[in-house]
Amino acid sequence: MKTIKQVWDWFEHRLELRDSIWPVMRHPVPAALAKPVGWMYVFGSMTLTLLMLQIVTGVCLAMIYQPTAADAYASLEYLNYEAPFGWLLRAIHYWSATGMVVMLMVHMTQVFLMGAFKYPRELTWIVGVGLLTTTLVLAFTGQVLRYDGDSYWGVSVAVSAAGRVPFAGPSIVHLILGGEYIGSETLSRFFTLHVFILPGLLIGLLVVHLYLVVKRGISEPPTPGQPVDKATYGEEYEKLLEKGIPFFPHALYRDGVACAVAVLIVVGLAVIFGPKGPGEIPDPTLIHAEPRPDWYFLPVFAMAALSPPSMETFLMLGLPVIGILALVAVPFVAGSGERSARRRPVAVLVVLVTFVTLLILGWYGATSPWSPDMEAWSSTPVPAGIVEKLSPLELQGAVVFQNKCCRNCHALEGAGGKRGPDLTEVGIRMNPEAMVRQVVQGGGNMPAYAQQMNSAEVTALVAFLVKLRPAGIPPAAVPSAAAESLVAAPAETP
Amino acid sequence: MTHSPPTSNSPDEERRGLLQWSAIVLGAFATAAAGVPIVGFLLGPLRKRGDQWTTAGKVEQFPIGQTRLIDLENPLHGLGDGDAGKIAVYVRRADEEKFQIFAINCTHLGCPVNWLADAGLFMCPCHGGVYYEDGSHASGPPPRGLFQYEHRLEKGDLLVKLGHLPTLQQPG
Repeated sequence: MKTIKQVWDWFEHRLELRDSIWPVMRHPVPAALAKPVGWMYVFGSMTLTLLMLQIVTGVCLAMIYQPTAADAYASLEYLNYEAPFGWLLRAIHYWSATGMVVMLMVHMTQVFLMGAFKYPRELTWIVGVGLLTTTLVLAFTGQVLRYDGDSYWGVSVAVSAAGRVPFAGPSIVHLILGGEYIGSETLSRFFTLHVFILPGLLIGLLVVHLYLVVKRGISEPPTPGQPVDKATYGEEYEKLLEKGIPFFPHALYRDGVACAVAVLIVVGLAVIFGPKGPGEIPDPTLIHAEPRPDWYFLPVFAMAALSPPSMETFLMLGLPVIGILALVAVPFVAGSGERSARRRPVAVLVVLVTFVTLLILGWYGATSPWSPDMEAWSSTPVPAGIVEKLSPLELQGAVVFQNKCCRNCHALEGAGGKRGPDLTEVGIRMNPEAMVRQVVQGGGNMPAYAQQMNSAEVTALVAFLVKLRPAGIPPAAVPSAAAESLVAAPAETP
Repeated sequence: MTHSPPTSNSPDEERRGLLQWSAIVLGAFATAAAGVPIVGFLLGPLRKRGDQWTTAGKVEQFPIGQTRLIDLENPLHGLGDGDAGKIAVYVRRADEEKFQIFAINCTHLGCPVNWLADAGLFMCPCHGGVYYEDGSHASGPPPRGLFQYEHRLEKGDLLVKLGHLPTLQQPG
């Protein structure tokens, strides 16, 4: 025991931790944090814990991962199936990344709703926005390092979007790719970003963030009717801290419990669901890939499909920048005044609208109803209940319907593509003339089939479509209003 | 014995001034000496490499009126590329002499388009872009028709010039 103390004293004499770290550990925080509301203050620590888990598992994975286009996929397979606990480390890395993004959003929402970004903690919030941005870029670069078909085509999508930047687009594409095409230099670049540059930036921002948290103090739980007044807040906060409690052990233990729960949940998810991918081999000649981004970027993926063509480039490139700038602007727009969410209905509404929008876009991104079902024409037969009532001509029409891949975009009885309307009852919505016009001329997001079908095929197809209606209901007698509105086709560029 | 106060031109101050300027000038040189190669290296990819000609196949491999997907080796490929050093293109032979060679990348956001021969259409699985068999835009979000590569016929071979990933401002 005496030896341990001597060793400790030897280090302490040189490090002087009692004068540096100990006061930080014992710095006072508002006494209210010892109450149940203190659980609202654990999200930042949970995010930090998951970051540390990311770093540790990432270092382990980097010992085996080969950042070259030729070997990356095989090294991921090796990690999954050969390296001891390799699959689990990959899974923990993936699920802790997911957890980190979730907790970061929860933490920022809590800070926003509790008005903790207001004076004098504006810079803490702004650095937090930097941490969010860096984390999302880390998430994207991490997805690329999971070098499979989704990763390869994900880079293709990213550079295609970046290539739209006016004037600088081609240069940006070259800088991202490290050359002319997606190859080994591309993967090395993403590896360098993911393993060296972004973690370094993240840790740098984190140090500033934590310094500010200690320096400016943890915000007290807001009380309705007690607005932040820049002239008096500092003095009031000092008085509050006179009755405060030390961060260690009170708040730290609560953080410890929450962080342990976060780690246990992540490891549990990793064990149950395992690592993500790698999926299909990243071979640019395998063109039947249907790339989808990780869940963080599904709203952006959806936006690329749903934006009007005239605003598409702006929405793809400009909206994320505007979103970040809007977050940075928050403390300048509402840097003082009421902190309690009960007195800030606009803030609550902003949070609700943001999350509902992200959820809806994310759902659309996950289900992507705008994407054709590329296999439907050959893998999803016309339902037997429809076929058994058809005449020979109508049967021929059903064959045309399948062979011309109409089924890739149009479902029958719910099965098939969702890009166009379900045609199960199209016979009561459109008359034959409107159908012919729609098939031959296209429009409303449907290609014109004038060059793709001869008149016999059109006749058979329309006979089949007219038959698609409930028993006992006569076919439509007039062109439908819906059909008229479909005529506005987008302008074609040769 | 009294010491006279140092004047503004005292040797100490002159020495400090010399050191200050030496630090600034030498520091600038040192920064440039180390920085120029670093920045040059980082910006190296901005130096564009031109596409190169490669053989897509014998002319008779491509039946008139058909579109075929062919796999080639990217002429710009380098060490360590593995499968990424390959490139796929669609070759359409419209008539005896007329060929069109399309990039597989959708002009919307670069996803791989599929050729559906029976329908005579190219379809993109990502956001539903559709193109006619001549590569022109048919429907969906793509802002233009498919990217096309420069090509020529030589001694019975179909040659195509390619290498870079086509994007809107740098098409084929």
